[in-house]
Amino acid sequence: MIFLIVSFLVSMISASTPLLIAASGELIAEKSGVLNLGVEGMMLMGAIAAFATAHATGSTSLGMLAAIGAGMMMALLFAFLTLTLLANQIASGLALTIFGRGFSALLGAGYVGIAAPTLSKLNIPILSHLPVIGPILFHHDVLVYGSFVMIGAIWWFLNRTHAGLILRAVGDSHDAAHATGYPVLRIRYAATAFGGAMAGLAGAYLSLSYSPLWAQDMTAGRGWIALALVTFSAWRPLWLLFGAYLFGGIMFLSLYLQGMGVPIPAPFISALPYLATVIVLVLISRDRRRIRLNQPACLGKSFHAAA
Amino acid sequence: MSLINRRRFTAGLGAGLAAAGSASLIGKAEAAEPLKVGFVYLGPVGDFGWTYQHDVGRKQAQAALGSKIITSYVENVPEGPESQTVFAQLAASGHKLIFGTSFGYMNYMVKVAAQNPGVNFEHCTGYKDAKNLGTYDIRFYQGRYVQGVIAGKLSKNGVAGYVASVPVPEVVQGMNAFLLGMRSVNPHATLKFIMIDSWYDPGKEGDAAKALIDQGCDILTQHTDSPTPLQTAASRGIKAFGEATDMIKFAPHTQLTAIVNKWGGYYTQRIKDQLAGTWTSDNTWGGFHSGMLAMAPFRNMPPEVAALATQTVADIKSGKNKVFVGPLTDQSGKIFLAAGQTMDDNTLSGMQTLVDGVEGKLS
Repeated sequence: MIFLIVSFLVSMISASTPLLIAASGELIAEKSGVLNLGVEGMMLMGAIAAFATAHATGSTSLGMLAAIGAGMMMALLFAFLTLTLLANQIASGLALTIFGRGFSALLGAGYVGIAAPTLSKLNIPILSHLPVIGPILFHHDVLVYGSFVMIGAIWWFLNRTHAGLILRAVGDSHDAAHATGYPVLRIRYAATAFGGAMAGLAGAYLSLSYSPLWAQDMTAGRGWIALALVTFSAWRPLWLLFGAYLFGGIMFLSLYLQGMGVPIPAPFISALPYLATVIVLVLISRDRRRIRLNQPACLGKSFHAAA
Repeated sequence: MSLINRRRFTAGLGAGLAAAGSASLIGKAEAAEPLKVGFVYLGPVGDFGWTYQHDVGRKQAQAALGSKIITSYVENVPEGPESQTVFAQLAASGHKLIFGTSFGYMNYMVKVAAQNPGVNFEHCTGYKDAKNLGTYDIRFYQGRYVQGVIAGKLSKNGVAGYVASVPVPEVVQGMNAFLLGMRSVNPHATLKFIMIDSWYDPGKEGDAAKALIDQGCDILTQHTDSPTPLQTAASRGIKAFGEATDMIKFAPHTQLTAIVNKWGGYYTQRIKDQLAGTWTSDNTWGGFHSGMLAMAPFRNMPPEVAALATQTVADIKSGKNKVFVGPLTDQSGKIFLAAGQTMDDNTLSGMQTLVDGVEGKLS
């Protein structure tokens, strides 16, 4: 029994990590007022960039760097369209996802069916050998630990730093922030780029660790789940962490139950994360004040500085 | 995205690119006079799975018949009205024999075949035919039985795991055949399965593999297309089987064997028939005996198990072992195929009953 629970938790952590990484980047972008629906496309570009680079150089670190770069390039393209050219964010984000799916498939055509180096597990002296806790918490790859550090840093940044306050101000009222003298567009460019970098890194986790290979469309909707997560968490980092593990846990638990002979229809499992988001949205929208407190008021709105 | 079959699924995968430029790419393989043969593919030829194997078959036919034929292919053709245009175009441009390799082309092929009585068509995995429209498919379950025999020999606790896609008859046949293969050498063997609701989702395939291993399965097989379950098995130190093509390079010390789809011989024969003027509409459901199904080399197992597997292939090939032979009992213990009877192809192709020993319900 203990073995079952331990191995369940280990698997749950690896299923939740890509969601957490991608969602933490999108959280920052949305906090600055930019709604980028291109997460799925940026993740795919990150996944192929990481895989191709790791395959060519044999280095997973370079692969992760390439994924960050690829995600950022995609995000900057989006930022140029929506922030500089004032294109509609929803439409541009959807376009970015469609573009990312197609372009990553084109770049990846030659990488289907080959193997590349995978991220190795980091063992921490003493801690990794602790019974029960060791394998659950201290036998993962660098991105799993990194995702925890990142979400903690984001919480600290948003709630405890001056820069975080400015970012939130830009997201809540770009006119006020502009009038106060803050460079709204530059801040949004930076936040969007960070979102892209994290999405790329989440893609790298998929192609270097989670399912170490390149396959067209290998994200299989995880970018959309990450987007749903940000809303699910009502833009709060610690809830985001909880939500990522809840979603990862639910998805994995349902597979577990099926293997134990509990008849759960597979399409229902596929729908679960979205269903959970809808339920949570219904629950939190009963308290409109809470939403207004946390949702960036300028989310998705274009900013054009009046001269 | 809930998908009925892999042919349709691959179309979904390609959607990003395919939708844009699909029907325009006709690859000319060779420039000579004679018979023009067309192939219509659902995915890209580089998918390293379903479409890839068909294209390997096309190339073999081209190589075998040389300058007597010209083969062309159109890839990334969705299973909608677009496919009708592609078939009509191929017929209009002088192709006399046209192969469609995806289930969803069925109704469009029926229409185009009716409009082009002078052209012969062949539809893979379909069930509608006409005077100039035949069908062909592979008995994949034969290979799964062989896997089951190997698993029955190698599994220590007699519990195997099956990463499954969607509950269509082909998958039910596969699970049943695997279990029957296991039981032929270990009467107490059982099979657990997980349906992931997709033919191709590397992440979920890996998760399902982990869940099965956690629950005590010490050997894995898969009815989904990515090598992730195999990789997962490798990282957990157990043995597993590959799917559709030899996946040995993904798990050199883990893959026992894999089912390999072989279309080349069939294509060559049908094109020869067309050249000789003896082509007639036919429903082919080939297997080991017709060379349409093969097993990747038996590796990572003791020689006596490999010998038994080789013998099993030979028995199925010779017809001595017909796989679905009574008595077969369902999960409730009721006999649904009486002792000594062999299941007929009609019942087999619509199979929805799990045999006793497969754990879990179809949902």
